[in-house]
Amino acid sequence: MNFREYKVGSRMFSFALGTSMCITILFPAMEMGAADATDIAIDKQLTAGRETGFNYDDLLVQGANKPMKVSLSVDPATKQPLAQPVDAYVYPAGVSFPSGILHPRILGKDSASLTESHGRVTEAQKTAGAVFIIKHDKVGERNVPYISNATAILGWQPDAVMASVKDEDVSKAGAGKTIFVREGCWWCHTLLPEQTQDWQVFGAPPMLGDFNGESPTAFGSDRKAPDLLHVASRNSSKEWMMLHFFNPRLVQSHSIMPRFDYLWGETDAKGNKIDYDKWRAEYNDYHAGKRVDAPEVPEYAKDSRIRALVDYMLSLK
Amino acid sequence: MLKYLFAKNEDIPTGTAAVFFGFSSIVWFVIGTGLGSFNAAKLAFPDFVTGVEYLAFGHMRQVHVHAVIFGWISMAFAMAMMYITPVLGNTKLWSEKLGVWNCFLWNVGLSLGLTVLWAGITSGREYSDFPWFIDLYIAFFIAIPLAINVWMTVITRRTQGIYTTNWFFVGSCFMLIIVFLIGNLPEFFHLTGLTEAYLTWWFAHNVLGLWITPVAAAIAYYTIPKVTGNPLYSHRIGHLHFWSVVVFYSTPAAHHLMSAPLPEWLKSFASVEGVLILVPAIAFVSNILLTMQGKWNMFVENLEIRFTVTGVLLAIPLNMQGGFQQTRAINWYVHGTGWIVAHAHLALLGFSTFLEGAAVYLGLQTLMKRKLYSLTLGNVHFWLLLIGFATYWISMTIAGLIQGAGKIYEVPYIDVVIAEHPYMIARWVGGTMVFISNVVWLYNMWMTARVGTVVPNGRMPHELAYER
Repeated sequence: MNFREYKVGSRMFSFALGTSMCITILFPAMEMGAADATDIAIDKQLTAGRETGFNYDDLLVQGANKPMKVSLSVDPATKQPLAQPVDAYVYPAGVSFPSGILHPRILGKDSASLTESHGRVTEAQKTAGAVFIIKHDKVGERNVPYISNATAILGWQPDAVMASVKDEDVSKAGAGKTIFVREGCWWCHTLLPEQTQDWQVFGAPPMLGDFNGESPTAFGSDRKAPDLLHVASRNSSKEWMMLHFFNPRLVQSHSIMPRFDYLWGETDAKGNKIDYDKWRAEYNDYHAGKRVDAPEVPEYAKDSRIRALVDYMLSLK
Repeated sequence: MLKYLFAKNEDIPTGTAAVFFGFSSIVWFVIGTGLGSFNAAKLAFPDFVTGVEYLAFGHMRQVHVHAVIFGWISMAFAMAMMYITPVLGNTKLWSEKLGVWNCFLWNVGLSLGLTVLWAGITSGREYSDFPWFIDLYIAFFIAIPLAINVWMTVITRRTQGIYTTNWFFVGSCFMLIIVFLIGNLPEFFHLTGLTEAYLTWWFAHNVLGLWITPVAAAIAYYTIPKVTGNPLYSHRIGHLHFWSVVVFYSTPAAHHLMSAPLPEWLKSFASVEGVLILVPAIAFVSNILLTMQGKWNMFVENLEIRFTVTGVLLAIPLNMQGGFQQTRAINWYVHGTGWIVAHAHLALLGFSTFLEGAAVYLGLQTLMKRKLYSLTLGNVHFWLLLIGFATYWISMTIAGLIQGAGKIYEVPYIDVVIAEHPYMIARWVGGTMVFISNVVWLYNMWMTARVGTVVPNGRMPHELAYER
C-alpha cells in the first residue's frame, strides 16, 4: 500500500464521490427542504398521521395509530351551528402526531411560525389527544396555511368531536393510505400525473410544496392502471368503489385488477358472515352465462379495512 | 454449511464460502423467477389464484424484485468476489470463516426480509421496500462483512498491482455501503416529502449504477481474459470505465422523477449526466469485445464465454436505452410504461444475469474441481434463458410503446389494457421459460457437484472436453 498511485487514487475517488453527493443530495435537499407547504400538503399529513410505512406504532402495517378526518357542522364545544362546515383532524389519545406538529419547520418558514404562534401546536399532548384544523393568515401578499390546535384554542376534545358526528361524516383515509401501501395498489396505480401530459384525464400534476411532511409519497413508477391522484374528482361513488374493489370485473369487464374481496373481512355491515365460496360460485355461473345477474356484493362493515381504503380513494380529489 | 460455521478458519477448505454463495444464488434465482412467472400470470389472467391476501399481486411483486436483486444477483456477486478476488491477488480469501458466516447470515436475513415484505410490512418506498430494521441488517450483516473480506483480501494480496476486476470489487463494496446507508436515511431519520421521494430514487438508481452494473462488468474483465487466454485489450480503457462510473453513474438519480416537481436544474443536470453514462458503457463494451480478438470461436464453443459475451452484447441496447430514454425528449413518452419494465429486465435479466451466470458456472467448476455435468443441459439453460428473456423484453417494449401512445393521446385507459393483453401473455410465457431454464441449471450444477468429472490439479475446467 505504499504506492503513490493508491493515495492519489483514493483521494480522487473521495473527491469524485463527495462532489457527486453534494450535487445530488445536499443541494437538492436544501432546496426542497425550503419549500413552503401548500394546503394540500398540510391536509395530507394531518389526514395520514405520522408515518404510513413500517413504524413502531403500526408494526404489522395494518393502519393502526391513525387519525380520523371529520366534517363538522356543529361546534362540539359550544354546540352552536358553524357558519360553514369545518374539516377537523381528530387525534384520539395516544395517536402519534405528524411531522408538521412535531417539527413545524418542515412546513416552510412562514407556515411554521404561524403554526407555533397562532396555532399553538406546541401545547398539543399525544397522551391527551388533540384536534387540529387548517387555518390561513396573510403574510405580506401570501395567504399562508397553517395548523391550528383546536383543542387548545377552541376547546374541542377528541371524544366530544367524535360524539358529535355521524359515521358518514368520518373519513378513515389515514388508515386507508396504509392499506393502499400495504396491499401494493401503487405497484400499478401512480399518484403522480405527469407534467407533460395527463392534464385532461388525470388532472393537474402536483406542485413543489404539496408533499411536505408526507411519508412515504408512494408515487409509483410503473403505471399499469389509471393515475389516482385526483380519482375522486372523476368518480366519487362509494357504491361503484365497493363493487370495483370486490371484483373489478363486475364494473369493468376488461380490468386486470386483482379482487380485493378479502379486505371485507369475516362479516358484512349487518354482522352476517360473508360466504365467499358461495359468492364466487355464483359469480362463476354469472360469468359463464348461467345467471342473469351478478351476485350482490356485501356491504362492508364500518371498521373493515375496505372502508378505510374507500375513504382514502374518496379523499383523493 | 453449518459444520463450517464453528470450525477453525484454517480447517475450512478453500472456496467453501464461494461454493455456498454460488448454490445459494442459483436457488434464489429459481425462487425469484418462479415468483416472477407467477406474478406475470396474474397480469395476463387476473382471476388466476384470486381472493387470497398472501397470494395477491400486491404482496408478491416486491418479493420477486428483492429475491432476484438481493438473492440471485448480489449473492452471485458475492460468489464472484470470494472466488476471483483471491485468485487475482495470488492469495487465499482473507477469512473463509467470515465468508461462510456472511453467506449464512445473508440467507437468513433475506428470508426474513422477504417474509416481512410478503406480509405487507413495508416502508412503502420502491426498491428500498425493506423496513429499516432489515436495511440495517443488510448493511451490517451482509454488505459490511462482504466488503471487509474483499478489502482485506486485496490488502493481503501477493501481487504488486491490483487488476481491473479488483478495483471494481473494492470500489463497489464501498459504494454499496454508502448507497445503502444514505439511501435509507428517510427511514432511519423520518425524512419526509419530496426529499424522501427523491432519496428513494437516488437509492434505486445508485444501487444499480454503483453496485450491479460495475460488479457485473468487473466479472467480464476476469472471465474473458481468463478463459480465452488473451490479455485484456486495454487497461487505460479500463481506467476510463472505472472513473467514469464513479463520476457519471453516481449523479443522474433525478432522471427517475422527470415528471415530478423536483427543482428544474436538478432534472436537467441529471439528464445530461444520464447521457454521459454512455462513456463507461462504450469503454466497457469495446474493451471486452476487442479482448475477444482471434478467439471468437469460443463464443460458440465455450459456455462461459457465450454467457459473458451475450451479456456484454446486451449491454449495447441497454446503455443506448438507458442513456437516451431519460432525456426529456424521450422520457415524456416512455415514463411509467412497460418500456421501463423491459429496460429493467434488460439490465438485470439480460446484461448482468448472463455475466454472473458465467462467473457462477466457471467458479463452481473451478472451486469444486469438477467439469460441468452436461453441456446439453448447459445449452438448454442458455437458450431457454435467452429466448425467454428476449420474449419478455420484446413483448414488454411493445406494450410500453402502446402505453406511451395511449398516455400522450389520453386514450381511455381500459383500451390500453385491452391492447396490452397479448403482450402480457407473451411476458408470462417468456418469464416461465426463464424459470424453467433455472430449474435445469440448478439440476445441472447439483449433478456437477455430485458426479462431474474431476478436474486434475493445475488444470482449468474449460481445458477439458465436455462428456455429456
